[in-house]
Amino acid sequence: MLDLSRFSSIGEALREALETYAPEVCLIESDRNEEKLRLSYREFKERAVLLAKWLQDTGFGLGDRASIIMTNQSKWLISAYAIFHDGGTLVPLDYKLKPEEQWQLLKHSGSSVLITEYPIWRQLGNAAGREAATNIKKVLVTEAPAEADLFGALRWEVAQGSGSPAFVPRTRQDLACIVYSSGTGGSPKGCMMTHENYLEQCVALTSLYPFWPGVRYLSILPTNHAIDFMVGFFGPFTCGATVVHLRTLRPEFVREAFVKYQITYVSLVPLVLKNLQKGLQARFDELPPTKRRALDALRNINKRLTKKQPRLGLSRLLLKGVHQAFGGKLRAIIVGGAFTEPQTLQFFYDLGIPVANGYGLTEAGTAVTVNDLKPFRADTVGKPLPGMEVRIVNPDAEGIGQVCVRSKTVMAGYLDDAEMTAQTIVGGWLQTGDMGRFDRTGHLQLFGRRKNMIVTEEGKNVYAEDVESAFEGLPVKEFCVFAANYIWSSRSMVGEKLLLVVNPGPGQTFSDTLKNEIIARNNRLTNYKRAHGIVVHSEDFPLTASLKIVRPRLAEQLGKLDRDSVVVSI
Amino acid sequence: MRTIEQTTQEILQLAAKQFKVAEGSLNPEDDFYKKLGIDSLQALDLLSRIENHFRIELPDYEVQGVSDFKTLAERIQSRL
Repeated sequence: MLDLSRFSSIGEALREALETYAPEVCLIESDRNEEKLRLSYREFKERAVLLAKWLQDTGFGLGDRASIIMTNQSKWLISAYAIFHDGGTLVPLDYKLKPEEQWQLLKHSGSSVLITEYPIWRQLGNAAGREAATNIKKVLVTEAPAEADLFGALRWEVAQGSGSPAFVPRTRQDLACIVYSSGTGGSPKGCMMTHENYLEQCVALTSLYPFWPGVRYLSILPTNHAIDFMVGFFGPFTCGATVVHLRTLRPEFVREAFVKYQITYVSLVPLVLKNLQKGLQARFDELPPTKRRALDALRNINKRLTKKQPRLGLSRLLLKGVHQAFGGKLRAIIVGGAFTEPQTLQFFYDLGIPVANGYGLTEAGTAVTVNDLKPFRADTVGKPLPGMEVRIVNPDAEGIGQVCVRSKTVMAGYLDDAEMTAQTIVGGWLQTGDMGRFDRTGHLQLFGRRKNMIVTEEGKNVYAEDVESAFEGLPVKEFCVFAANYIWSSRSMVGEKLLLVVNPGPGQTFSDTLKNEIIARNNRLTNYKRAHGIVVHSEDFPLTASLKIVRPRLAEQLGKLDRDSVVVSI
Repeated sequence: MRTIEQTTQEILQLAAKQFKVAEGSLNPEDDFYKKLGIDSLQALDLLSRIENHFRIELPDYEVQGVSDFKTLAERIQSRL
């Protein structure tokens, strides 16, 4: 691995990696059963400098911002490197957002360039919100069919400058990326991440989960997500490892990829991990009784022998069939984006497949704690990574309080929102809004949130306030969206739901017409943003002098009600 | 060549069979995530079944952001 302490920026470290590991395989791209592309670090560089030069020739440079909206593929990483090479700031956006949400963030980010894929641009090009994003001056579109209408965009493939682009240096404190942790409903939370944030996070993570040439990382989580950006791009590149991209995420092709490419690491969200568990369990259940008994016996032996730490060689020998289904080279599954249930983690560990579970948030530069596997602890989210100071503030009688973090990986703040930044980073400590405590061995355990938000099993952060716009104009006196756990604390990080609280107004009742109107509006939201229940609250909401709802006080009032009897499921 | 109505009906039948719900309970306008109570991975499984049935290849991006049977049927119809 490169010594990252020598570098001032992501671009500088990547530039060195492309030279150091020139002959190694850098990227593999596969679509279904067919390998479409294989690039060495040298070939990656050759492609990236063409784009870097073109961008420079068109005036892109120091501190300029460029957004990427793409699925996981080689051109995502090539474009990102070109942006860093030119001293730009990268804005990675979620390709799963709706077009109008993407335009909102494109505008907010102040990007002058957008790089995207044709299937995405097809929906984005004419969508509402484009005219307002006047900051976007150039759009590059990959994989556009020959006759396609590009709505004024240019083809990525023609964006090739000639000659060598000048490398533009940045300092560690300069802005590397603006990453939106959520907030498409009026208050975008654009985390300003510095080069130092990434360089330090990379050193910390790779100290526990190292990469080297020959390691193959299967990139499934969207690269715009902080985890994949780190362990599916920057981390492996600075170690000369290989990143494997799949153009389809159908489970059957993902399974094949593990075997075909002898995958070493993969990152998954809890939903996918649970799905894998379900699939494996179903196969175990179908085994004839004798084979099933043999499997259980071997699993028990493995469990005993790996109690203190993983013993990969031994586990692969004992549970050969299971490990071969994953290609036989898998060292760990990295799980993140949301809380994972302990029994799922234990299921895999007992099979000899360590799951690197941890805790993190974009604002903290991805991971804060990670299980070091010495020993594996399914009931915690691990110990703080090297360089992370983590403390529990205002603990209650059980020692549970807010998790606060101080580290070189903590963001510089929220873009254009000094007020929210001041509330979130206090005296250098990031207030995570998550509740936790340390056990005697220094492992962090989590117990719910004090934020009015949910995190889905797919790793999506949804702030309750951000979905309220979907209900604007409802024929009620007032309404408010809450995370159910914010009202009725369950000390749980799973199964979180949003609720719509409505006050129909004096003399008004909660009619079927109103309910149907709410359901219709709810269904227009992206599925993970939908409310799962309605609470009819016929008392006036507490308001500030400027007539804003005092959410904490309203939540407190609602918390006194019996959840089961007041929530109407929708 | 199937009509869009036929394609839609066949998709509803496939979905009903795969997720074990009554065939008549599904409508073209239904949000399949909500109506079938499925997640994004199960939706991908449904797509694989649809591909096999219609003998087409449907890239993941074609169904990005699609959550109702009617739109799904339109995307499939354009590839038949």
